[in-house]
Amino acid sequence: MQTMLWIIPALPLLGFLLLISYGSRLSRRQTAAIGVGSVLLSACAGLYAGGQLLLHPSLVYEVTLWTWIDIGDFHPAIALRMDALAAVFVFVITLIGALIHLYSAEFMEKDPDYSRFFACMNLFVFAMLVLVLADNLLLLYLGWEGVGLCSYLLIGFWYENPANGHAARKAFTMTRIGDTALAIGLFCIYYACKSLNIVDISTAAPLIFQQNPQEATLIAFLLLGGALGKSAQLPLQTWLPDAMAGPSPVSALIHAATMVTAGVYLIARMYVFFELAPAVQGLIAVIGAITLLVAGLSALTQYDIKRVLAYSTISQIGYMFLALGVGAWTAAIFHFMVHAFFKALLFLGAGAIIESVNHEHSMFRMGGLRKKLPIIFWTFMVGTASLAAIPLVTAGFYSKDQILWYAWGARHGQAWLWSMAWVGAFITAAYSARMVLLVFWGPLKTEVTSRPRWSITFPLIALAVCSTWIGFVDLPHNFGHFTPFSDFLHHTLPLTELRADPTTEWMFQILATVATVGGLLLAYSYYYIHNKRLRHLANQPLFRRLHRLWLAGWGFDKLYQTFISRPFLWVTKANKADGVDQLYSAMANITTSLNQRMAALQSGSLRWYIMGMVLGAIILFGLQLLL
Amino acid sequence: MTTASIDNVLLLAGLLFTIGVAGVMMRKNIFFMLLSVEIMLNAAGLAFIAAGSHWGQPDGQVMFIFILAMAAAEVSIGLSLILQIYHLHKSLDIDNLKEMNG
Amino acid sequence: MTTAWYITAAITLVSTLMVITRHYPVHALLYLNVSLISLALLFYLMGAHFAALLQIIIYAGAIMVLFIFVIMLLNLGQETATQEKRWLKPKVWIGPCLLALILLVQFTYSLSLSKGETYINNVVEPKAVALSLFQSYMIGVQLAALLLMAAVVGAAHIGRHKRTNVHRFLQHKPDES
Repeated sequence: MQTMLWIIPALPLLGFLLLISYGSRLSRRQTAAIGVGSVLLSACAGLYAGGQLLLHPSLVYEVTLWTWIDIGDFHPAIALRMDALAAVFVFVITLIGALIHLYSAEFMEKDPDYSRFFACMNLFVFAMLVLVLADNLLLLYLGWEGVGLCSYLLIGFWYENPANGHAARKAFTMTRIGDTALAIGLFCIYYACKSLNIVDISTAAPLIFQQNPQEATLIAFLLLGGALGKSAQLPLQTWLPDAMAGPSPVSALIHAATMVTAGVYLIARMYVFFELAPAVQGLIAVIGAITLLVAGLSALTQYDIKRVLAYSTISQIGYMFLALGVGAWTAAIFHFMVHAFFKALLFLGAGAIIESVNHEHSMFRMGGLRKKLPIIFWTFMVGTASLAAIPLVTAGFYSKDQILWYAWGARHGQAWLWSMAWVGAFITAAYSARMVLLVFWGPLKTEVTSRPRWSITFPLIALAVCSTWIGFVDLPHNFGHFTPFSDFLHHTLPLTELRADPTTEWMFQILATVATVGGLLLAYSYYYIHNKRLRHLANQPLFRRLHRLWLAGWGFDKLYQTFISRPFLWVTKANKADGVDQLYSAMANITTSLNQRMAALQSGSLRWYIMGMVLGAIILFGLQLLL
Repeated sequence: MTTASIDNVLLLAGLLFTIGVAGVMMRKNIFFMLLSVEIMLNAAGLAFIAAGSHWGQPDGQVMFIFILAMAAAEVSIGLSLILQIYHLHKSLDIDNLKEMNG
Repeated sequence: MTTAWYITAAITLVSTLMVITRHYPVHALLYLNVSLISLALLFYLMGAHFAALLQIIIYAGAIMVLFIFVIMLLNLGQETATQEKRWLKPKVWIGPCLLALILLVQFTYSLSLSKGETYINNVVEPKAVALSLFQSYMIGVQLAALLLMAAVVGAAHIGRHKRTNVHRFLQHKPDES
C-alpha cells in the first residue's frame, strides 16, 4: 500500500483527462459517473490510507514517483508523502469533495457545460491533493498554482456574464499577490537551505537559522504572504465574497471547505519557520483576530445568503489563523476540519435553497421556508448551529472553544486576542441566527418552485451528521480529555504549550457559551420579535453609515481601487504612448523621412546624377585642398 | 627638348577635362554627351602621356593604350544603346528617359 | 617647338569648346576630329610618337567612323539642330558651366601650389612601349582584350533590331489603363 499512494491524486487526474478529452462525446450519466466516481474512489483510497495511519501511529507514507528536475544540486522529485497532517487534509478534501461532486451531479444537471464543470472540479481535487501530499515545496507550489487556476476557471464558469469573469480575474489577481510572495519565499528557502524537501528543511532549519534569525523571519513573512492571499485574510480578503459568482458547489468545495484552507495548511506544514520567527507568528494571530472581527461584522449586514457565508468563511479562517498564531497548531487543524464540514453543508444548503426559490439570492426575499423544505431546513440548522457553536451538541463548539481557550491559555496567548475572539464568537452567533431567521421563519415571500432530490439531500444529510459527530474526536480537558485527533496530529505537529492553568478552562467555556447565547438572543430580538426596533436602528445616521461600510466589506475594494488601481491606471494612461518607445519610433521616423527626402533625389534624371557626381568631386577635391 | 612648364601641360589637360564635364552636364542629347565623354577620356590620356614622357617611362603610353581600348568598347556599347533608345522613344532627349526614378 | 606646342594647344582648346557648343551633330563631330588630331600632334611634340599614331588611327579614324554611322543611321540633321537650339538655353547650361568652372578653379589652384618644375621632354620609343606592354602589363592587355570582346558581343546583342527586347516591366499594357 505504501507505493500505491499515488493512486489518490491520480484518480481525479484521470477523471479530468477523460472528461476534458472526451467530454463532448459522453452522455450526462457517463460524465457524472466519471466525475463523481473518480473522486469517490479517491476518497475510499484516502480513507483506507488514513485508517492505516491511525492504526500504525509511526507509519508515514512516502513514495517517489520520478525525478522532476535535475540540475546540479537541485533535484526535486515528483514525490508524495502522507503523514498525519496530510492525512487529515486528504480525508477532508476527498470525502467532502466526493459528497459535493455527488451533489453537483444533480445540481448542475441543466447546465450545458456539464462535462467542463466536472473536469474542472476533478482537476481542482487533483491539484489540492498534490498540494497537501507534496513531499517538496516545488510540488506543493504546483498544486498551489493548480488550485488557483481551477478557482479562476470555476468562479468564471458562467463566463457569459461579464461580472463573473470579473470576479474570476479578481480572485486570480488577488491570490497572485500572495503567490508571488510564496514564490520568493521558496527562492529564499532554497538559497538558505539548498533544498526544497519539506522534511529536510524542517529538520535543518533550526541549525541553519541559529546564526541569522532575520532570514527566518523574512522567509516566514513571505510564506505568510502566500497564505494570506490563498486563505483570503486581511489585507487580501476582498476576492472571496466576489468569488460567490461561481456555482454553489464550487463555493462549497473551493471557497469554504478546501482551497482557502491551503494557507492554513502551508503555515502548519512550515511551522518550524514560524517558531523560529516569533514576530511573524504574533502577526498571524493579530491578522487572524482582526480578520475574524472585520469579516464577522461584514457578514452581519449582507443581503445575499452566499455573501453572508463567504464573509463567515473569512471570519472562520481568521479563527484558524489566530490558533496558528498562538501556537495552537492542532486546534487550527481541528477547526479546519470541522469548519470544512459545516461550511460545505451550509453552502450546499444555500445552493439548494437558491435553486428552490428560483435563483433568488437575497435573504430578505426568502422566508418561511421551514415547512416547505424540511430536509434542507434541518440540515441547514445543524450547519448553522455548528457555525454559531451551540454548546455541547455541535462540532463547532468543541473546535471554536478550543481556539478561544488557547487564545488565552497558550504560550503566545493574550488577553486581548481572547477578547477579540470572544466578540467574534458573539458576532458569529448573531449573523448565523439572523441568516436562519430571515430564510426559514417569517412569512413566505417567494414561492418554492422545485424540490431537491436524493443526490442533493444525501450529501446534506451526510455532512450534517459529520458536522455534529466530528466534534467528539477531540474533547476538552474537563470533558474527559478524550483527544485522539490531537494525539494523531502530534506525530507531525508540536504540542501546544500552555501558560494558563488548565483547570480554569471551564470559565472560558462558560464565557464562550454566553457569547453564543447572547448573539443568538440579539439576532432573535431584532429579527424576530422586534422588527420595528431594527427599522428604528436603521434610521440612525451612525448605524446607517456603519451598515453601508460593513455591507461594502469595510470599503477595502474602494480603498484598493483608489490607492492601487487608480494610480496604476493613471500611470498606464500617462504612459500610453510609451515614453521609452518614443525614442526608438523617433529614430525610425527620422530615418523614414530622410529616406523620403533622399528618394526624391532619385529623380531618374541622368543629368542631375552627373551634376551630383561633379559636385561631390568638387567637395572632395576642395576638402583635400583645404586640409 | 623642353616645350613648356609641366603646369601648362597639366593645365591644358584640366581645361579639356572641365570642358568635357561641362559638355556632359549641359547637353540634353545623349549623342553629345557621348562626345563629351570622349573629350574627358582624351584629357586623361593627355595627362598620362605627358607624365610618361616627363619621366622617360613607357607606362604613360601603356595607360593611354588601355584608355583607348576602353574608349572603343564604351563607344561601341554606347552607340548601340543610342540606336535602341532612338528606336524605342524616337528621341535622344536624356530627360525623357526618367523611368528609373525613386 | 615651344611655339608649335602652344599653337596646337590653342587649337585643341578652341576646337573642343566648339564640340560642346555646336547644334549640328556633324559639326560637333568634325570639331572633335580636329581636336583629336591636334591632340595627336601634341603627343608627337611631347615625344610619344606611338601614342600619336594610335590617336590618329583609332580615335580619329575608327571611332569617328562609328559616330558618323550613327548620325547616318539616325538621320540626325536639321531637325536635331533646331531641337538643340531650343534646348541650349542659359537656364540649362549656366548651372553646369558654373560647376565646371569651380572644378577648373580648383585644378588651377592645385597646380599653382606645385613648384613649377621644368618639363623634360623625353622621347619614349615604341619598342620600349611594346616591351612594357607585353611584359609587365601582360595581364592588363589580356583584360583589355576581354573587355573589347565583351563590348563587341554586347554591341552586337544590343544593336540587334528587335521590337520586343523591352523588359517586361517597361512594356506598356494598354488594357491596364
